[in-house]
Amino acid sequence: MSLPDSPVLVYADAANPWFSWQFLQENQDAVLSALREHASLTAEAVALAALVAIPLAVLGYWFRPLTAPILALTGVLYTIPSLALFALLAPFLPGRVTVLVGLVTYALLVITRNAVAGLTQVPEPVRDAARGMGYGRLAQLWRIELPLALPGILTGLRLATVSTVALVTVGVLNGHGALGEFLTAGFRAGYRAEITTATIIIFSLGLVLDLVLAGVGRLLTPWARRRAA
Amino acid sequence: MRYFNDALVWLNDPLNWTNPGGIFDRLVEHLRISAAAVLLGCLIAWPLGLWLGHRRRGGGAVITVSNVTLAVPTLSLLTLISLTALGIGQTAVILALTVFAIPPLLANAYTGLREVDPQVRDAARGMGLSGWQMLWRVELPLSVPYLAAGFRTAAVQVVATAALAALVAGGGLGEIISEGFGLGINVAGGQIIAGGLLVAGLALLVEGTFAVVERLVTPRPLRRARGMRRAGATAANV
Repeated sequence: MSLPDSPVLVYADAANPWFSWQFLQENQDAVLSALREHASLTAEAVALAALVAIPLAVLGYWFRPLTAPILALTGVLYTIPSLALFALLAPFLPGRVTVLVGLVTYALLVITRNAVAGLTQVPEPVRDAARGMGYGRLAQLWRIELPLALPGILTGLRLATVSTVALVTVGVLNGHGALGEFLTAGFRAGYRAEITTATIIIFSLGLVLDLVLAGVGRLLTPWARRRAA
Repeated sequence: MRYFNDALVWLNDPLNWTNPGGIFDRLVEHLRISAAAVLLGCLIAWPLGLWLGHRRRGGGAVITVSNVTLAVPTLSLLTLISLTALGIGQTAVILALTVFAIPPLLANAYTGLREVDPQVRDAARGMGLSGWQMLWRVELPLSVPYLAAGFRTAAVQVVATAALAALVAGGGLGEIISEGFGLGINVAGGQIIAGGLLVAGLALLVEGTFAVVERLVTPRPLRRARGMRRAGATAANV
């Protein structure tokens, strides 16, 4: 699903308020479909980034000399401004894929860095004990190290999710900005309520997803809660 | 690969550099907007961060500011501020970018002061330094590496974000990309890529330059903890 370049909207108020319920009600469908698109772009981007970043982190953890180059590479990718990255990708990829690849690139650094941090703080005695109990490398990773690194991994996922929600808006460049389309449309029309409405929804989406991930984290790491108590 | 050739052809045309609204004009605009935003950010964030760090309070607020700005799209502030009484243009862009420059500057100033060894503070107090003297002669010099790291993060972020100013008619190198998308990828694919290369190159150049500056202003004994220093808010490069 993609939005047309500037959604057809109803501007009922002659005045130019900072917020208008009427605007929101009359454009409910357009707003809801943009919200769905925004959420699915975010989810796809963070999931894909995690699929690349966590194996990368494990690679860096297993082969220590690789850690620095991996972090440096993702760091350089992170330094490239989103607008430039979209511009470099757009001529070669379909519109939505351009945005998705750009978002994945940005989420990579945050997730990789936090996953590496999480893995490296697994206590040496714990790894020793696992080896002593006869765990192989993969079993040790899967049953001991990854669960213990989970708080770090989740921190990375949360940061990546919140910043991705905000970053999706840059997709307006090629008409795939989801809720961001309302920002530029409101700017072109000079209509403030459209911008504030979209901003509030985007901000809330980031907040809600962050809380959901925090909740998942609590469920997955019951031992952390017990220790805190 | 056709588009890359187009981009090279576009970049090789001297008129694209020297025309009014060409690369040189846009580069100057871009740097002027960015510099104004970073300096304004320093004027606001450094005194506040230093004071909070000196008083050893407000850490929670500093973290909240960083997290909240992470969740606000740059484009929201750019478009919103443009529709206030300030009107569309560079002033609105500078103010919006300042908001995003503040978190890294603030967080690093605060952390820099918090990280000063309590024994050093005790010694300073024992020598009879007043609060101001301690801040000025002891804490500030010791937190220079943090201030430099925050400055670098803020500068890179603002230079990157300033590219978005083009979406609200604010000028800068982003105009080249935005103009290209306006013409369509088939017609102006080369220009779009050329613009992307210019913006990316500038961001990497600024990052590299300030990495060197950061190293130069960091006294040798303090260079160990590099990398751990970029406290808080490496926030998005939106």
